[in-house]
Amino acid sequence: MPPILEVKNLIKTFKTVTAVNGISFTIPPGICFGLLGPNGAGKTTALEVIEGITSPSGGEILFNGAPQTEAFREEVGIQFQHTTLLDFLTVRNTLETFRALYRDPESMEHLVETCNLAEILDHMNNKISGGQSQRLMLALALLNKPRLIFLDEPSTGLDPQARRNLWEIVRAIKEDGKTIILTTHSMDEAEYLCDEIAIMDHGTIIAQGSPPELIRRYCRGGIISLPRANITIPLSQLPLPYKEVNGRVEMTTETIDQGLKILMSKGFDLSDISVHSPDLEDVFLNLTGRKLRE
Amino acid sequence: MSLKRIWVMFKARNYEFFRDKAAFGWNFLFPFLIIAGFAIIFGGRDFSGFKVGVFPSTTKQIDFTSTNLPEKFITTTHLEFIGFPDQATGLKKLKHHQIDFLIRIDTPTPLYWQLDSSPKGYLVERLFQSAFVPENNPYGTKEIVEGREIRYLDWLFPGILGMNMMFSALWGVGYVVVRYRKNGVLKRLKATPLTAFEYMTAQALSRFFLQIFTLIVVWIGADLLFSIHVEGSLVALSVVFALGGLSLTSVGLLLAARGTSEEFTSGALNFIAWPMMFLSEVWFSLEGAPQWVKGFAEVLPLTHLLRAARHIMNDGATLAQVSGDCLALIITTLICLVLGATLFSWND
Repeated sequence: MPPILEVKNLIKTFKTVTAVNGISFTIPPGICFGLLGPNGAGKTTALEVIEGITSPSGGEILFNGAPQTEAFREEVGIQFQHTTLLDFLTVRNTLETFRALYRDPESMEHLVETCNLAEILDHMNNKISGGQSQRLMLALALLNKPRLIFLDEPSTGLDPQARRNLWEIVRAIKEDGKTIILTTHSMDEAEYLCDEIAIMDHGTIIAQGSPPELIRRYCRGGIISLPRANITIPLSQLPLPYKEVNGRVEMTTETIDQGLKILMSKGFDLSDISVHSPDLEDVFLNLTGRKLRE
Repeated sequence: MSLKRIWVMFKARNYEFFRDKAAFGWNFLFPFLIIAGFAIIFGGRDFSGFKVGVFPSTTKQIDFTSTNLPEKFITTTHLEFIGFPDQATGLKKLKHHQIDFLIRIDTPTPLYWQLDSSPKGYLVERLFQSAFVPENNPYGTKEIVEGREIRYLDWLFPGILGMNMMFSALWGVGYVVVRYRKNGVLKRLKATPLTAFEYMTAQALSRFFLQIFTLIVVWIGADLLFSIHVEGSLVALSVVFALGGLSLTSVGLLLAARGTSEEFTSGALNFIAWPMMFLSEVWFSLEGAPQWVKGFAEVLPLTHLLRAARHIMNDGATLAQVSGDCLALIITTLICLVLGATLFSWND
């Protein structure tokens, strides 16, 4: 199937700062593509250039194999990271207003049901909670029946429950066959929602692939942690590489299964054991020496 | 261009105006307060143009029967006489401009004090001196001004309406659009098929509608309270206010074309609004002002709006007689709209 979006050597500069420095990727239809990276990596800038909100300094963006036209606005849905709505409009007014801006809008019933907006339809925009506001923003991104949806850090600032609720909605949208491009600095979000990920840092893509691929490629093994008191032999005689952290001993192993077998064969007390498999945070740490949220 | 998109943005902006209770109320209350204030100040019977201090006097009310002041001076209208016990008290009031003139009345020839820097004091002095000149030598013949007398309120009323329209246009469009640009509302709208032209047109039409709505409500209220008189045609007056509203709104749109700083925009709006308020004859006439000031005032749309409106309201002028001002308003509108549309940016 031909890609829905192709980004070729995209560059965006602001005076002396190069925010996006020659990134390229291709997105097939129907997947959730994540742009992952720390704050200031250039994710939002890249997204806004692709959305047509700001103009590129260089490179090429193809939508359905062709440069963007006026019709692009009718075919994509956008949820911005920082945006507000008209204060004295209700949620219903807002949806009706934005629906009227498109040629073939989604029905109100479908939007309200998809984004769980029934209870707040008659509330003013400035009187709804952060989670409700994000759901409304998501509804605005869906109201033109878009084939491609941009979500810029959709769960930032939400409490865990609202976050999980939003993720379920995004998953349902994906299952509906839509293509999603999502930026986030949350590895949980990326792992839960994304089929493919590009990790950005300093305006460039430093790694790309599916989450399991990236973890396999850039992180090996896992960490098994035991309380120091459980270990009765001298630490220097431990069968695995280790380090002491806050009264616990963390041992690195090629595979968790293999590590556990070694410890059990040596007769270690495994009560209060904790096992950590590598994740995207570790991928990023291995690639850049920094944490995602730094 | 989509009329449907313009219509929904027009409706959305109107919702905001009518639901923002504080701003909505102020839009109507502000002109009423000013008109009522001036009606009280200039309509009261006790108003005196000049204050004359007199001493020695034990009471505020002065007994003139035993003084040597000429009757002609004592009975001059617009002079208010205030009694003081001694010279020191009277001089203190004079120095602080609380009175305009001070007279001692217990001497064979009245003594008086006046501040050279006070124009009012100078005028009272001339009145005082002329009161001693015999009346059998008139300097001219008085003629009666015919026709209906124009109250200051009748002259002021179009100015207040125009000023209200100006503030509504500049702040209601200029400031609001810049705020929307700063907080991302415009960015959200840019992500839709809405064009800049459609958005600007909707903003202009909405503000124009709200200006006319406000004007009608204020007019009806003021007419009930103060019996506003219109010498000319109401249709002609409506055309002038409509052109003025469009013109002022287009200035607001031009100011809204760029920028994300509310502080800067606020300064720029004041920079435009204040000269317009003082040089467009909202409060007082520029008759006698330097020529360059009058020339500058001609550039301001409010000048043309008020001149045309007053000409129709006070003098009964026709549209043809105010066509020059109407043309100036149309030209201002076109220039500002073209510039505003050219310069407009959704993002910065």
